Amino acid sequence: MRPDPIQRIDTAFFWEACARGEFVAQKCEPCNKLWHPPRPMCPDCHSLEKSVATLSGNAKVLSWVRQVRPASYGFQESPIVILVELEEGLRMVSNWIGETLPQIGDDVKVEFAPTSGGKAVPVFKKVSA
Amino acid sequence: MPAAHEQACIVGIGQTEFSKASGRSEQQLAAEAVLKACQDAGIDPKSIDGMLTFDLDNSDEVDIMRSLGCEAIKYTARLPQGGASSVSTIVHGKHAVEAGFCDVMVIWRAMNERSQYRFGQPHHSMSPDAHSSTFMEWCFPFGAQTPAAWEALSCGPYMHKFGVTSEDLGRIAVTFRKAAATNPAAWFYGKPITLDDHQSSRWIVEPTLRLLDCCQESDGGVAILITRADRAKDLKQVAVRILGAEYSMLFNHEIISDFYAGDLIRTENSESVADKLAVTAGLAPKETDVAMIYDNFTPQILRQLEGFKYCGIGEAKDYVADGHLELDGTTPLSPNGGLMGEGYIHGMNNITEGVRQIRGTAANQIKNAQTAFLASGVAGAIIGR
Repeated sequence: MRPDPIQRIDTAFFWEACARGEFVAQKCEPCNKLWHPPRPMCPDCHSLEKSVATLSGNAKVLSWVRQVRPASYGFQESPIVILVELEEGLRMVSNWIGETLPQIGDDVKVEFAPTSGGKAVPVFKKVSA
Repeated sequence: MPAAHEQACIVGIGQTEFSKASGRSEQQLAAEAVLKACQDAGIDPKSIDGMLTFDLDNSDEVDIMRSLGCEAIKYTARLPQGGASSVSTIVHGKHAVEAGFCDVMVIWRAMNERSQYRFGQPHHSMSPDAHSSTFMEWCFPFGAQTPAAWEALSCGPYMHKFGVTSEDLGRIAVTFRKAAATNPAAWFYGKPITLDDHQSSRWIVEPTLRLLDCCQESDGGVAILITRADRAKDLKQVAVRILGAEYSMLFNHEIISDFYAGDLIRTENSESVADKLAVTAGLAPKETDVAMIYDNFTPQILRQLEGFKYCGIGEAKDYVADGHLELDGTTPLSPNGGLMGEGYIHGMNNITEGVRQIRGTAANQIKNAQTAFLASGVAGAIIGR
C-alpha cells in the first residue's frame, strides 16, 4: 500500500481521473498544449480555459532511484521511483512495477496502483520487447 | 554599478558551534549568531535596520528584534527555495543596501535540524501549498520523500550519460573531509575519510547516494552583516566587497526536484548566473581564488562545476580526479570542509568561510586569496577586497 496523493484545487482532476483508471493531463483549450504538473493558467497563451486530455500511457524511463535510509514513508517496502518522459513529451515522477531493476531508456506503459485511502496513482510497467 | 563608496560590503560574520544537539532554541541560536556578527563588525545590534532570512527559517523577525534590541527595522524579506536561498540572501542584501532600503542588514539562518527535527527525512506534515513545497505532491505518493531521493533522481540522466561512478562521487567527499579534518570548527575535525570509507558507507538512495555523499544534519546558527563601503571603512574588520551577486531561475525548473525542464544534463540556471556575473562582477567564477559551492550531495558539485563553467559539460568528474579542487589546486573548494565536513547550516556557513578567506583568517587559509565565489545553484556571488 502507499499514501494517498496530496490533492490541491488545481490538480484534483488528475487524481480523480487516476481513481477512475484514466491517465490524463491538463490541456489548454485555445492552444492545445499539454502541461504537467497542472497549473491554473497556460504559460504560453495565458488562457484559463482548460480541458483534460487522455494520454497514451506510453513512456520511457529517464532515471530511477530507491530510498534505502530512511525507507519510503507509508509503504511496506521502498518502491523503485522512476522519472519518465511520456510519449506526449511531458515528464512525471512515478514508480516501476517489475521484478528486475529498470534501465535508463526502458519503454514502459501506465497502470494504476491503489492507495491506502482508496484512491489510485499511475505507475509504469516495462513493455516486453 | 554603484559608486565605490556605495558598494555593499560584508562587515561582520557570526556563528555558533556546529553540533548534533545544541541544547537551546533555534531562536537563541539565531540571536547568538547575530550578536557575534555585530561584535565582529563593531556594530551596535540596536542599529540593525534590515533583516533577511529563508522562508524556511523558524525564527520570527519580531523575536530577533526583541532579543537584539533593534530599534527600528526598515526592510525585511524572506527568500524561497531551500538551500538555494543561501547565496540569494547575498543578492538581496547587496541590492537592498545599495538601494538605500536599509543601512545595516543582518542575514541569519538558525536550525536544530538534527536534534529537534530531521531535515533529511520525510516531511509528511508539510503543506503542499506553501514554502517552496508544491513539488511534494508529485513525489510523495511515489515514495520519493527525501532531499537525497529528489537529488538522485534528477542527477540520474547526467550520471548515466557521462558514466559517473560512485568512486567519482567519493573523490568529492574525500576532498571535503580532508579540508574539514584541519578545521577546528568542523564537526568532522580530525576525521578524514578514504575512498574505501566512502565505498563501504551504506546506501541512502540506490543506485547513487551513499551516506558519505550526503551533507550533515546540524544544529547551529550563522549570521552575516552587510553595509555600504562608506560606513564599512570605520568598522573593525577589513570590508569584504560584494563585487557581483546574481540570481537566475528559468522556466519550469525546480530546485532539487528539477525534473521538468531542460535536458537534465546541463545546469542552465547556474550557466545563466555565471554569464551575468562575468558582466556585473567583471570576472568569471573560475577566475576567483576560492570556490564555496553548495554541497548538499556530491553530484551537485559536478553539476555546478559545469554550470558555473569551471569545466566543460561532462568533464567535471575528470576535473575532480585531476586534483583541481584540492586546497593547493586551481579551484580550492570549500576549505572549511563544506556542508559535508563542517556543518550544514543550509549553506550559510560556506558564506562565512568565503569571508574569512578574503580576510585571511581562515583555518585552512588559501594563500593570497583576493576573491571568492559563493554559489548555491540558482544564485552566485563574487566577493573580494
